[in-house]
Amino acid sequence: MTIQIRKGKRATEPQCLGSQRSLNSEDLLFPNQTGDSKAAVYFQLSNGRFRPPPAHRLIAHHIVDTIAPIFFRVSRTMWLPLRLTLLLLFLLLSPRALLRSGSAAVVSGEEEEFHEELLLKPLPDRKVLAHFHFHSIAPPSKSNGRHHHLFPKAISQLVLFPSSVPFAMWSDLDLILNFLFRLLNNCFSSSRKYDVFLIVFALIGVIVGEFLSFGQVQKFRVKEMELSFTQGRWNYERWGGFDPISSNNAKPPGVELWAVFDVPEDQVDAYWKNLTNSLSGLFCASINFLESSTMYSAPKWSFRITPGRLRYGTLPREAVCTENLTPWLKLLPCRDKAGLAALLDRPSIYKGFYHSQRLYLTSNASVPAETVSGISLEQTLTVVLQPNSPSSSSIHSGESNFQPSWSLSSIFGRKISGKCVLAQSSIVYLQLEKSIFSEQKDNMDNGPNSLASEGFAGGSGFEMSLDPDIVIEEENQSQHKGSSVLYGFWVEKYNESQPFDLGLKWKYPVFWSSRQAPLHASRFLMGSGNERGAIAILFKSANSADSSSGSRHVSDGCELQVDVFQVVPWYIKVYYHSLQIFVDDEAKPIGDFVHKIQVSPSKDKTSPGMMEMLLKLPCDVRSAALTLEFDKGFLHIDEYPPDANQGYDIPSAVISFPSFHSVMHLLSNDSIRKSPLLSRFQEKNRVQSYTEVLLVPLTTPDFSMPYNVITITCTVFALFFGSLLNVLRRRVGEEERYLKAGKKKGWLRVLLSRLLAKLRGKPMEEPDQPSSESAPLIGKKLVLKVILVAVLAVAWQFYST
Amino acid sequence: MPTANTEEENSKSELQKNHGGGGGFTRWAVVAVIFRLALIYFPGNLNLSSRPEVSTPLTSIRRLAEGYWLKQSSMSPYAGSMYHGSPLLLSVLGPLTVKSLVFVLADLISSILIRATGRKLQIAYRKSLKSLNLLNKSTDSGALSSGDIAALVYLWNPFTIVACVGLSTSPVENLFTILTLYGAATGLAPLAAFGWVMATHLSLYPAILIIPVILLLGYGPDAPPSKLFRSKEHGKVGDGKSSQEIIFSWRRVFHLLVWTSLWSVYVLVLCSISVKQHGSLQEMFQRTYGFILTVEDLSPNIGVLWYFFAEVFDFFRDFFLIVFHSNILFMILPLAIRLKHRPCFLAFVYIAISSMLKSYPSVGDSALYLGLLGLFLDELADMQFSFFLFCGYVGVSLLSPVMHNLWIWRGTGNANFYYATAMAYACFQIVLVVESVSSMLNHDRKLTKLSTSKLQK
Repeated sequence: MTIQIRKGKRATEPQCLGSQRSLNSEDLLFPNQTGDSKAAVYFQLSNGRFRPPPAHRLIAHHIVDTIAPIFFRVSRTMWLPLRLTLLLLFLLLSPRALLRSGSAAVVSGEEEEFHEELLLKPLPDRKVLAHFHFHSIAPPSKSNGRHHHLFPKAISQLVLFPSSVPFAMWSDLDLILNFLFRLLNNCFSSSRKYDVFLIVFALIGVIVGEFLSFGQVQKFRVKEMELSFTQGRWNYERWGGFDPISSNNAKPPGVELWAVFDVPEDQVDAYWKNLTNSLSGLFCASINFLESSTMYSAPKWSFRITPGRLRYGTLPREAVCTENLTPWLKLLPCRDKAGLAALLDRPSIYKGFYHSQRLYLTSNASVPAETVSGISLEQTLTVVLQPNSPSSSSIHSGESNFQPSWSLSSIFGRKISGKCVLAQSSIVYLQLEKSIFSEQKDNMDNGPNSLASEGFAGGSGFEMSLDPDIVIEEENQSQHKGSSVLYGFWVEKYNESQPFDLGLKWKYPVFWSSRQAPLHASRFLMGSGNERGAIAILFKSANSADSSSGSRHVSDGCELQVDVFQVVPWYIKVYYHSLQIFVDDEAKPIGDFVHKIQVSPSKDKTSPGMMEMLLKLPCDVRSAALTLEFDKGFLHIDEYPPDANQGYDIPSAVISFPSFHSVMHLLSNDSIRKSPLLSRFQEKNRVQSYTEVLLVPLTTPDFSMPYNVITITCTVFALFFGSLLNVLRRRVGEEERYLKAGKKKGWLRVLLSRLLAKLRGKPMEEPDQPSSESAPLIGKKLVLKVILVAVLAVAWQFYST
Repeated sequence: MPTANTEEENSKSELQKNHGGGGGFTRWAVVAVIFRLALIYFPGNLNLSSRPEVSTPLTSIRRLAEGYWLKQSSMSPYAGSMYHGSPLLLSVLGPLTVKSLVFVLADLISSILIRATGRKLQIAYRKSLKSLNLLNKSTDSGALSSGDIAALVYLWNPFTIVACVGLSTSPVENLFTILTLYGAATGLAPLAAFGWVMATHLSLYPAILIIPVILLLGYGPDAPPSKLFRSKEHGKVGDGKSSQEIIFSWRRVFHLLVWTSLWSVYVLVLCSISVKQHGSLQEMFQRTYGFILTVEDLSPNIGVLWYFFAEVFDFFRDFFLIVFHSNILFMILPLAIRLKHRPCFLAFVYIAISSMLKSYPSVGDSALYLGLLGLFLDELADMQFSFFLFCGYVGVSLLSPVMHNLWIWRGTGNANFYYATAMAYACFQIVLVVESVSSMLNHDRKLTKLSTSKLQK
């Protein structure tokens, strides 16, 4: 029976296409293919005025129109159970699913795209940066259904589907009603009474199914999301702090996740929780810890310029390893079997100094304008590796400053044997600083003028093993250092027999330095002991030349804007009133420099503390420091992690410079426009850097003590309670005697004392009689009682075992 | 510390009394104020304001400053979990630059009120003894002003000094508690109501003082047991004078209740005005009383609850919260029944118990009940273990910072060390309370015995 239904489904497709055509040809008599005029009437009613319904609804109507007759053909020939199963099966394939698959089959104008690129860049401190950039684009929202050719399905499910919820609900509902109406019509015509029950059953089933799918489809509604796994710390001083890679791809250690949602503000937290859980499963990481409200925050303006329903969370302690890389690679169409990803040899990339894998997802699905692409997924892997080249060091044994020569096979231990066949483009770039050439010109004075010929002709200080297919120069008006040259290599030219193995050999020692951010930010802790401390953020001017050139962006007042975004966990109880600013080692009033500050103080066990601050420092500032005092919190023993004495991490602060943008002005070229990596480099992004993660040791209680503490404390309480009550109810004999002598006894008391005496089997006590005499008697009784209890206990023990 | 200190002061003030009464007190009070100011303007940082013994989450001046900063930057002072005090305190203390003077002033006023209360109590005591014809017998040893001694004990108690110099808000809370007692002892119902409302508003625990205040206003100041007078009356038929003293004056109590409701409405209105912009009264109650009742902050203090709730299993937490808080409530009724003829002493016992079992105790709370202990010098003259207690208090107050230092700063000790001193401190407080109650009851017994023996003669 499933086969039959599938047949029916498949049979709809040409009809759907036909209906599309009929709509395009302005044929308003759209239901004429089935000859059912009631549907048309229904449309008229539901829309208020007659107008051609959208294409996907038309298609769905055709599905209904084709399936319903099949269903009834079957039902007339077979008996009831079969029909019930068929109906159930049909209901399971809910109308919405049919709708989606139908529409996906129809509108597939744009192809899904996949690009792979690799940027290699020698770093000033004899290391090599390798930056893998994989870009998948799913076509506009209209056509992405549940099926993708290249785009990872797991990621596409994170994103919202096009139509807003209530409309989708209603558009489906009228389909369902239409279907049921026809069902009813058919039944009454066939005059079978029990079919009414069937219809009621179907109605319930459809509604339930509709609600189920309503819950499933709009899963996370992520508008923009970035997830990064990082090990090691980006060295801003040596590897640069101004270029696009350091601003976009240098990430704090551990996991960082932020996401912008397309849901009402009050639902964002719920969606965030779902997202963290599913990402946790997807990447084998403990991202689900970000679910707790103590772990994430909602920055307003300092983290991203775009305001929105943003949530931000980090896990500084997360260890990143192959278990996180493998699921990340699985999202690539060729995995690591072919193309550039084949270079990713696990031992060699985890041997590096810095390793950051990142996933950046944007979706414009919710935007009604369909000019932009639907979902775009950017997967980058940035590694900083130390090329080991024993040959070069042995040749120039005296030169310790000689840049090491390297090749892809020496860094990664692998070669590229052709591109990933599914990729639109597969390019390897080599980025070199322009300052190298000028330096060589100064040193050698014999280089030809053209950079391009100088680069690979072998007349200059380095030599590439392969000729580049394209040379792109950075167009920089100011011509200060930091501009660079890119050599591009098409990987598609190479194959298994002739693998791509780019090598770079230095002929002369060269020196250059990467371009720095205007201020170098670092963060440290002050104070000792486990009771309190202070966090200090120190800004140091990178160097005078840079800051003076950067100041051109700013108006004549010459101010350097710095955004600080810092999240501290709740057990670090920051006193925001203790904020102090030291500019050039002098304490200054806060109002002079802090232009804007927004604080959301931490709530115990509920939310972390968040501070957003916009500083305006003078351009000629040499150093600036912020200090904030804090008290360390004390936690319940269950809240300590297993390695409690290691300490707690304060996540990195994000320092960004709103008036500086890391952008590469490349000479515009057709190949650049096609390359997602280069177009990403040409985007205007704020210069951003992350500070160190701080490790704060917290005091621990004695973890082995809970029972002792409970018993001892309760003993003290019992001591208090017991002894005080004892004092209060104690009456000394004299007083009693006085009471008996001085006052007449109440008859009740007399009766009571007589009764007591009777019970004890003793004559009524004389007041003068010392109480010590009765002690042995009580002792005797006590012994008897104890023996009785003991016998009982022994008997119990005996019989129970 | 209490009794031995008292004895010290006792002898001192006895000497001064010989030289001429109130002048001695004034001199010592002035010296105490100067001493405080000298400590406050001490050039080196004493770091007292961040000591766990001095500043609890409720009384810390740093948290108050943070709350004020939040309020100034147009946020609710209760945003985050820093500030847990009253919004009124924030409006009064927040803008002040010299907060320390307020605390010195509060201490001085407190001591003057204690002295006045002491006078009142002593007059009442003498009067009642006179009516029992026991005066010459009992007062030949205690012919000195216990009020002066109590006031000086309060002023010169190292705990009070530390709490004042460490800028915790407990001197202000203590002031309102003492104001309540003074108002009740002098029969000023509005004043007593004001003190009670403010003290309750500031730190919740003084709420239980309503019982001693009612008794104090109803029966008048402390007296020997009423049945003594009755039996005396019984013995001396036809003496109408003594029968006046045991009348419970409902009128005053009614006044008190009216004034209490007036003042509490007033305070609530003030609070709602001050929190109106950024929060609500509900938030205020959650952040102040809620924070006190659910022991949220587990930072170490001299009490016993922090470590208990840091260690106890989560599913028992609510149970133990109820048990520990009801421990204070459980003792209210038995004590009130047994000590109803001595409402002032009853108030002292309540204060001592609550400062021992409260969730965030500090030395400022101990300072209050140790000061009040001086008021009952005559009655508690033959208290047991006083030297032992004195040594215990001194020992604990020396050991506790050492253990704290070992644990928190040096990392060589562990939490149990500090917790042990907290337990020892709790035990000493328990012994003090139990012994003082017991000796007060014994004192009453002694009076009874004396009066009956007189009667029988």
